[in-house]
Amino acid sequence: MTHGPARDLAAQLTARFEAAGALPVDCAILQPAETLLDLYGEDIRARAYVTQDPARGERMLRPDFTVPVVERHMREGAEPARYTYSGEVFRRQEDHPERSPEYIQAGYEVFDGSDPARADAEVFALFSEVLSDYPLKPATGDIGILTAAVRSLRISDARKAALLRHIWRPRRFRALLDRFAGRTPPPPTRTALLKAADPMDAAGPLIGLRSEAEIRARIDALRADAAEPRLAAEEVQLIDTLLRVSETCPFALERLRDLSIDLSALGPAVETFARRCEALAARGIDVGTLPFEASYGRTSMEYYDGFVFGFSAPTRPDLPLVATGGRYDALTERLGGGASIPAVGGVIRPDLLVALGGRS
Amino acid sequence: MTVKLGVPSKGRLMEKTFDWFAEHGITLTRTGSEREYAGAVEGIDGVSLVLLSASEIPRELANGRIHLGVTGTDLIRETLVQWDQKVEPLAELGFGHADLIVAVPSAWVDVDTLDDLDAAAAAFRAAHGQRLRIATKYHRLVRDYLRHGGVADYRLVDSQGATEGTVKNMTAEAIADITSTGETLRANHLKVLDEEPVLRSQATLFRARKACKNGPDRAVVERLIAQLGL
Repeated sequence: MTHGPARDLAAQLTARFEAAGALPVDCAILQPAETLLDLYGEDIRARAYVTQDPARGERMLRPDFTVPVVERHMREGAEPARYTYSGEVFRRQEDHPERSPEYIQAGYEVFDGSDPARADAEVFALFSEVLSDYPLKPATGDIGILTAAVRSLRISDARKAALLRHIWRPRRFRALLDRFAGRTPPPPTRTALLKAADPMDAAGPLIGLRSEAEIRARIDALRADAAEPRLAAEEVQLIDTLLRVSETCPFALERLRDLSIDLSALGPAVETFARRCEALAARGIDVGTLPFEASYGRTSMEYYDGFVFGFSAPTRPDLPLVATGGRYDALTERLGGGASIPAVGGVIRPDLLVALGGRS
Repeated sequence: MTVKLGVPSKGRLMEKTFDWFAEHGITLTRTGSEREYAGAVEGIDGVSLVLLSASEIPRELANGRIHLGVTGTDLIRETLVQWDQKVEPLAELGFGHADLIVAVPSAWVDVDTLDDLDAAAAAFRAAHGQRLRIATKYHRLVRDYLRHGGVADYRLVDSQGATEGTVKNMTAEAIADITSTGETLRANHLKVLDEEPVLRSQATLFRARKACKNGPDRAVVERLIAQLGL
């Protein structure tokens, strides 16, 4: 396979990003697997190539640039900073053998906490501009609105944490909501466990690393959960309504403001969205026609926790997304051991632009 | 050109396969010395017997180097990406039954479902600073199963044998393995999750889609299928 035309196009894209103020950076292809496994979990093994180095341990062929760029920034960068890069990334395609496991990405990342709404708008507007000659359709969303909605529910912190942990696994998220709302009964094994005077009585010998204290702590947590009142049906309804919001930005904003009357803690997240719309308009984006979906970006394995966007090719539904991006403050917090750096960025796949047959 | 039938080269799986074919009027025998992997087929012309390790049969079928093969569903599904486009199951042979299951220490009285396992994994990670380890050799099947089940905060560790011992030996917190009666699990103080298994497996006769396309071979395979009454 030749990357020739895609590589040329990637060079043009990074030149545009450099002109916008980004510093070009390069990253090793072989990355330590531990960091990536820790961030993404076991699922990444199904999506990335893991290899063994006798001296250095497990390595991974870089599945993206974001993590090494963040690490580099934390090591030597000073804020504010803008970076651009391009090169091969490697993804296993077990479910789509017709897709290439190796392709070029060209990216742009902004580390600037002074005005997040403006930084979000800067990245989206730059991507819109460099992609404007191609027949692409944008999509936007905001994971921060859903997390704010979960935080505003009248449930225990334990239940909120369980829901927040599964924001990116919609099926598990739904199952948890249904259980908290009493729509699905607890499994019989759970009921039996909670009835037992001392559930550990018949436990048998304890083997392995997980201690009796840990098991007892979970039983206590289950007891507390069983004693907690049901999540109100109206609140489940509000989450459902929120997840169905799919409009142009101004209408979505109106709907979300309506919802925040009932879910008051939603307010700040909705106002963040409002400020982003203003910043996008100031950058020349036609916000009036820009789509917004509240559930956008939930099923991707990525680490975005605020603004999310993507560009797809409506004429080529067989192709994956041509460009994706978003805000990933939580990722920098995890990598920085608690020190978070507001960060937003995105990547473009020049090979798909080439496949789209050049400019429209 | 003859049609090649791959059969596990050892033990009960081989004997039972021979029995199954005998019941259908086809005699499979090992020839030569006890240690020589050669065989003969009687009762149908144009078919030769290839004795192989059960774990190699999926790959040989996928490559089209054998036309038909007997192996476990578990090995087919674990080894072959998009297995159903590469092989076609012709008959379940009614032996070699085994379930691929997830098991945890019996003392984990709080863990019976995937939902429990996920919650225990989250707490374990918070307490120990590492993901809950699940020992298995069926990486792809188990990963898919846990992803569909919405389990996070675990990691698979490779175990090619004596997997039931890994928990006691502190190299894993839970296991995913093949079991038929559950005795080994109980002896190692493990219990099976109260969920559908990852996979129910049994010895199955497969046809290689790649090898069975052209004329003469295809005719022989059709004749064999007819004779087996499939």
